[in-house]
Amino acid sequence: MAEYTLTTPLSDEDVSKLKAGDIVYLNGVLYTARDAAHKRLVDLINEGKELPFDLQGAVIYYVGPTPPKPGEVIGSAGPTTSYRMDPYAPILIEKGLKGMIGKGKRNQAVREACKKHKAVYFGAVGGAAALIAKAIKKAEVIAYPELGPEAIRRLEVENFPVVVVNDVYGNDLYEEGRKKWEGK
Amino acid sequence: MRIVKYEDIVKSIRDMIIYSTTHLSPDMKKALEEAYENEKSEVSKAVLKQILDNAKIAENEWKPLCQDTGLAIYFVKVGEDVKVEGGTLKDAIFEGTEKGYKEGYLRASTCDCFTRANLKDKVGYNLPPVIYFDIVPGDKIEIEYAAKGGGSENVSRATVLAPAAGKEGIKEFVKKVVSDAGPNPCPPLVVGVGIGGSFDYAAVMSKHALFRDIGTENPDPELNELEKELKDELNKLGIGAMGMGGTETVLAVHIETFQPGRMCHIASLPVAVNIQCHSSRHSHITI
Repeated sequence: MAEYTLTTPLSDEDVSKLKAGDIVYLNGVLYTARDAAHKRLVDLINEGKELPFDLQGAVIYYVGPTPPKPGEVIGSAGPTTSYRMDPYAPILIEKGLKGMIGKGKRNQAVREACKKHKAVYFGAVGGAAALIAKAIKKAEVIAYPELGPEAIRRLEVENFPVVVVNDVYGNDLYEEGRKKWEGK
Repeated sequence: MRIVKYEDIVKSIRDMIIYSTTHLSPDMKKALEEAYENEKSEVSKAVLKQILDNAKIAENEWKPLCQDTGLAIYFVKVGEDVKVEGGTLKDAIFEGTEKGYKEGYLRASTCDCFTRANLKDKVGYNLPPVIYFDIVPGDKIEIEYAAKGGGSENVSRATVLAPAAGKEGIKEFVKKVVSDAGPNPCPPLVVGVGIGGSFDYAAVMSKHALFRDIGTENPDPELNELEKELKDELNKLGIGAMGMGGTETVLAVHIETFQPGRMCHIASLPVAVNIQCHSSRHSHITI
């Protein structure tokens, strides 16, 4: 497994060098969105309207942080389970999304979209929420404040730690890892 | 009749919530350290290192271990000779929960089932909690609390097997639940198993089994053996930390049965499996 440091927005070239199992440290901007925000984004696309942020090369982080204490940039901010975003992810990928960060399995449609349009799914460590928050240097709600923890935030991150789970070649770290260690 | 003040219960619950959502319990810490030592896969070892580092940061900064600070779950044993003064015990638990979550800057994770709206101003901040009351002899109130996250709850399952399925059937069911869950519930896991009683009560027991400290033995020797067998077999699934492949998938299996005597209906064999992620935040107080 290789280690990379990448800066967003991600290019086709960036994501094409990544293989399932690689460790990546992300710099730049991530956008947060969970179920409710995804539904709204896809509704906007279907209505031909503009999105609250530019999808080209963007990376979305599936997270609903705890409220920040006074003086904090963000509360604890670990990944949520990704399958709930599966119905919405393929169209976002088709429209330019290059990366998703979450935890847990994706369905076949998302994995196909990653292959076809060159996008990657990264896994962050669930429950490492206080540690991950350290990598977030700035956080600002840019859409849907009424959704509370589920609002869309623009995060500026430094060395945000993730592992490639699904790459652009159709590999899946969960399947490969399990196969390797099954029975051992 | 012993008198306990309403405000004292509220304060004890508030403090317990804020402490246990930011401080990994000693039994969990020890179990995760052992998993880190034993893990053979490089990538899972790196994940376990992150989990242990996270616990240190959380503890030093009183920052939530996980952003999913859960639905508040309580098992409450009320002594027959104790009376709450100034309000009801149930109200005190509600108020303590709201205070703990609000003042601890924890996430309000409850919502309307249908509209999915957060009703923190109407129903209360992260309210309602799930509470199981029991009446016992004595003049104490014992309150067990857990912050139960959604990811591990989503993959938990209950069933009623045919009696002929027996112990093997139970093992197969537990293995299927953990295997199907794969990476989603944030392994390494604690697996709570409830056996017997009724369909619903098996699920309650499977949840209560998660409150037992890891490393403690099951008082029933046969079940103690079954717990160890299941743990070994589940660790052979290869799921590993966060599902990235490895040898440490399960930290412990805890079994509870319907007491006295491990009972159920003659026609049934109810089994429930409640999955707990590695961020097991559980605590208890006696007032």
